[in-house]
Amino acid sequence: MSKYAIEAVNDFVIKFANVNGSGSASANTLFAKSILRMGVPVSPRNIFPSNIQGLPTWYEVRVTEDGYLARRGGCDFMVAMNPQTWDKDVAEIESGGYLFYDSTRQMPQSKFRTDVHVIGIPLTEIVNAAYTDPRQRQLFKNIIYVGALSALLDVEVAVLEQLIAEQYKGKEKLLAPNIAALHMGRDYAITHLNCNIGLKVKRADNVGDRIFVEGNSAAALGAVYGGATVAAWYPITPSSSLAEAFAKHCKKFRTAEDGKAKYAIVQAEDELASIGMVIGAAWNGARAFTATSGPGISLMQEFLGLAYFAEIPSVIFDVQRAGPSTGMPTRTQQSDVLSCAYASHGDTKHVLLFPEDPYESFKFGAEAFNLADRLQTPIFVMLDLDIGMNERLCKPFDWDDTQQMDRGKVMTAEDLDAGKDFGRYLDVDGDGIPYRTYPGTHPTKGSYFTRGTSRDRYARYTEDGDAYVDNMRRLLRKFETAKDIVPKPITTKAAHATRYGVIYYGSTSPALHEALDILNEAGLHLDAMRVRAFPFCDEVLDFIHVHDEVFVVEQNRDAQLRTLLINEGAVNPAVVTPVLHYDGTPITARFIVSEISERLKTLHIAPLHTVHAIPTKRIGQEIK
Amino acid sequence: MTYLAKPKLHHPSLTRNKLGYTRRDYEGAISTLCAGCGHDSISAAIIQACYELDLPPHRIAKLSGIGCSSKTPTYFLGNSHGFNTVHGRMPSVLTGANLANRELIYLGVSGDGDSASIGLGQFAHVMRRGVNMTYIVENNGVYGLTKGQFSATSDRGSKSKRGAINADEAIDLVGLAMQLGATYIGRSFSGDKEQLVPLIQGAILHQGAAFIDVISPCVAFNNHEGSTKSYDYVREHNEAVNNLDVIKFRDEITTSYAPGTLQEVRQHDGSILRLRKLHETYDPTDRIAAMNHLHESSANHEIATGLLFVDGEPSDLHAAANTVDTPLNMLDNSALIPGSTALAKLNASLR
Repeated sequence: MSKYAIEAVNDFVIKFANVNGSGSASANTLFAKSILRMGVPVSPRNIFPSNIQGLPTWYEVRVTEDGYLARRGGCDFMVAMNPQTWDKDVAEIESGGYLFYDSTRQMPQSKFRTDVHVIGIPLTEIVNAAYTDPRQRQLFKNIIYVGALSALLDVEVAVLEQLIAEQYKGKEKLLAPNIAALHMGRDYAITHLNCNIGLKVKRADNVGDRIFVEGNSAAALGAVYGGATVAAWYPITPSSSLAEAFAKHCKKFRTAEDGKAKYAIVQAEDELASIGMVIGAAWNGARAFTATSGPGISLMQEFLGLAYFAEIPSVIFDVQRAGPSTGMPTRTQQSDVLSCAYASHGDTKHVLLFPEDPYESFKFGAEAFNLADRLQTPIFVMLDLDIGMNERLCKPFDWDDTQQMDRGKVMTAEDLDAGKDFGRYLDVDGDGIPYRTYPGTHPTKGSYFTRGTSRDRYARYTEDGDAYVDNMRRLLRKFETAKDIVPKPITTKAAHATRYGVIYYGSTSPALHEALDILNEAGLHLDAMRVRAFPFCDEVLDFIHVHDEVFVVEQNRDAQLRTLLINEGAVNPAVVTPVLHYDGTPITARFIVSEISERLKTLHIAPLHTVHAIPTKRIGQEIK
Repeated sequence: MTYLAKPKLHHPSLTRNKLGYTRRDYEGAISTLCAGCGHDSISAAIIQACYELDLPPHRIAKLSGIGCSSKTPTYFLGNSHGFNTVHGRMPSVLTGANLANRELIYLGVSGDGDSASIGLGQFAHVMRRGVNMTYIVENNGVYGLTKGQFSATSDRGSKSKRGAINADEAIDLVGLAMQLGATYIGRSFSGDKEQLVPLIQGAILHQGAAFIDVISPCVAFNNHEGSTKSYDYVREHNEAVNNLDVIKFRDEITTSYAPGTLQEVRQHDGSILRLRKLHETYDPTDRIAAMNHLHESSANHEIATGLLFVDGEPSDLHAAANTVDTPLNMLDNSALIPGSTALAKLNASLR
C-alpha cells in the first residue's frame, strides 16, 4: 500500500480512459462543466486516436484554481474504464495518486500499484441490475461514474442536476433517468466507499464571466461576424468541425425571414477545389474562406501562388496537426508555419495570424476578412488541434457594433464615371495596394483580365522583365504595409531587469505563462513576447535586439518561427535558442521550465531557489 | 497570329443590337493563336452569340484554365471581367464566382487537356453540382502549347504528327456530362458556325449546367492524315442530330415543316429551343436514349453533333443551397453581422 496520498484542493489532473464510441464524451464534459460552475477553472483535453469506434480515447481534465489552462502532464486521478489500456493508464498515475475502476470483475493483485490509492466500484454489476437494454447499460454507466466522482471529489450534486436539466431541455423524457443514474452512482459511493480522499473540489470564484468553447467553433463564429458568405471545404481532421460549426452558426444567424440562406457552403471534392471556390468567390466580391489542415495546405499550393500574384483576398483557417503526410492526424503541432508563410512556387510570402485561444480565434477569424480585403491577399489563421478541438476557458466574445466591414480599395461605377484612373496593379497610394473592381461594375470601364501570368500595371499581359520586377517590388511594399495592420505582439516584462527573453505564439500561451511564474518564483527572470502575426513588425525584432538571448518556444521539430525570424528579420541565429516540443501532445509548463532552466544553468545563471515544476504542497497526508 | 494592332475606330454603319452595342463591342484583343486555329472561330461564335442575344457585355464573367483554349477569353468580350486561373481548376473558381453573384452570366472556356486530363475531377464535380454556366471545351485532342502530345480525348488509334499511335481509350466529355447530370449538352465543330452560334445561345439562356464540346482542329499539331480531330476527318464523320434555332421570345412559326420534324423545348427563362430534326427518332429531352445514341454513333465512328440533351426545367447549385435572391456579394453589414446582442446571448449559453 502506498505511503502517501496526493492531497490537493482545486489543483489536480483527472484523466478518463474510455473506449471510443461508448458515449463517454458527454458524461466527461458534464463532469468538467460542473467544476467550472463551482467557480473553479478547468482545462480539458481530448486525446484520441484516428478512428471512430472501439479504440482507446482519453479525456484529461486539469482542475486549476490558479487558472493555469495548459496541459500539466501527469495524472493524479485515473478513471480507468478501458481494459485495453489498463497497464499504461495505471503506470501513468503519479505516485500517491488514485485509481478509480470498475471492480465487477476480480483483477489480479499484480495489475495494481502499491503506491496508488485504489477505488473500486462495480459499475457493470450496478448497470446490469438496473437496466436491461445494452445501450442504456453503456450510456448510464458513464453517468453513474460521474455520480460516484461527485461524492469522492465533493462536486456539488445540485450543479450536476442543473447541467443535466439544461442538456435535456426539450427532451424531458431523458431527464429523469439521467438524474436517477447520477444518484445511483453517488449513493453507491457514499454508502460503500471511503469518500475521504485527498483530492477535493471546493467552490471558488475564479471563473468570472469567461466562456467555455472550442476554438474551431469560435473561429467559425468569427467568419460569420467577419461577413463571410461563401465557405468551401474538404473534410480533414482537425478542421472539419470548423466548417461544420460555420454551417450551424449560419443556420442560426444567417437565415432570412423567408427561410433562405444568406450564405453558401460547399463541401468540395478536394482541397484544390475548396481553395479554387474561395478564390472565385473572393474575386467576385464575396468574403470567402476554407478550413483545412497541413495536407490540405500542401494541396492548395498552386492556387495560393495564384491568389498571391493575382491579389485575391481569401481566408484560410489552418487547424494544424502533427505532420508530415498524415503524421499523427489527431495530435497537435505548430508545424505548418513555414509551409503557410511561403506557400506556393515562385517568390511568395503570406500573412499569418496566430490566435492563442478561442477568444482570439473569434477575433482574428473576423479580422482576417478585413485584412484580406485591405491587403488583397490570402490570410492564414493558424489554429491547431489543441485550440481547435478542445473546449477552453476564455474571455467572452465581444463585438463593436459601430464597426463596418472594411472592403479595402474597391473602385465603384461612380468612381469610374468620375474619370478615376483604373489600373488593377497600379500603386496609387504608395502602400503597394492597388484598386480593384468587382466583375459587372460598369458597362464600358473598369473591366480587366485576371491572370497568374505577368502583366503590367493596367493588367495587360506582358513578359517584359522590368514590368515583372516592378510588380514584384510592389508586392513587397504591400507586405511592408501588412506589418503595420496585423495584430501587434504582446510583451510581458519580467519582474526584474533581465538579459533574457522568450518568444512564443498560439496555443503555447498558457503553458508559457505558467512556466514564467514558476521560473520567476525560482528567481529566473525572462521578458516574454507573444507574436500574433507574420510579417513581424519592428517591435518583434527590437525585442530580440535588446536581449542577449531569446528563447523561441514552438511545437514543431524544425524551429519554424525561429527560421522565419532569422530569414525575415536578419536575426543572428546565435541569439535565438529553440525550445521545441513536438511529440503531438500539447506543450507543458514542466517542459518549458526544464528546457529553459537547463540552458540557463549551462550559462551559469543559477536560480535563487530550487526550480519546482511540481509544487510541493501537493504531496501530503499519509494513507491510513 | 498577327502583330497588327486592331483599329480602334468603328465603321459608323455597323449595326447595333437592342442595347445599342455593335458586334465590335463584344470583341477582345487580337488573337495570338496560330492562323487558322479552330479556337478563333469559337471566339467569333461567342462574340456573335452574345451580340445577337443583346447581352450587356459587363454582365458576363469569362473564366478559363490553362492552355491554348484558355488563352482565348482575352480575344473576346473585352468589356467583361476575365479570369485565367490555374490548369484544370477553372470549374472550382467558376463555382465560387457563381456563388458570390448569381446575377452574372458565367462562361467557362477550357480545352481537352484542361478538362479531360488534369481537370477531369473538377469537370465532373462542376457538372454534378449543376452550376449555372456555359462550359465550352475547345477540343483538339492535342497539347498545343507544349507542342503536340496526345490529350485524353485523342481517339485510340489516332496518329500524332510525329507518327506515334495513341494506345489509350479516349474520354468522351459529352458522355461524362450526360452521366453526371448536366442539363444542357451539345457538341459542335468550330468549322460550323451555323450550328455552333445557336448552341452557345441556348446554353447561355439555359439556367443550369450547360456543356458544349466543340471539336476544334489544331492546325499546327493535329490536322494531318490519321488524326481523328482534323478538319477533313470531322467534316467526313460529322452526323448532326438536329439544327437549332434559339428564340428569346415565342414567335409564330412561319416556315412549314414536314410533320414530326420540328421539336420545341421551352427553357425556364421563357426562351424556346426550336429543333429541326435531322435524325428521325432522336429526342434530346430523353437522357437515356441520348446516351444510347451516343454510344451507337461512336461505335460507327460517327461524331454526333447538335443539341444532344436538354432539360427545360433545370435546377442549379443556388437552388440546392437555397441562397437568397440578392447576390451574396451585395449583402451588407446589417444582413451579415449578427451584432453584440446576439453575441452576449451566445456567451451566456457557453458558461
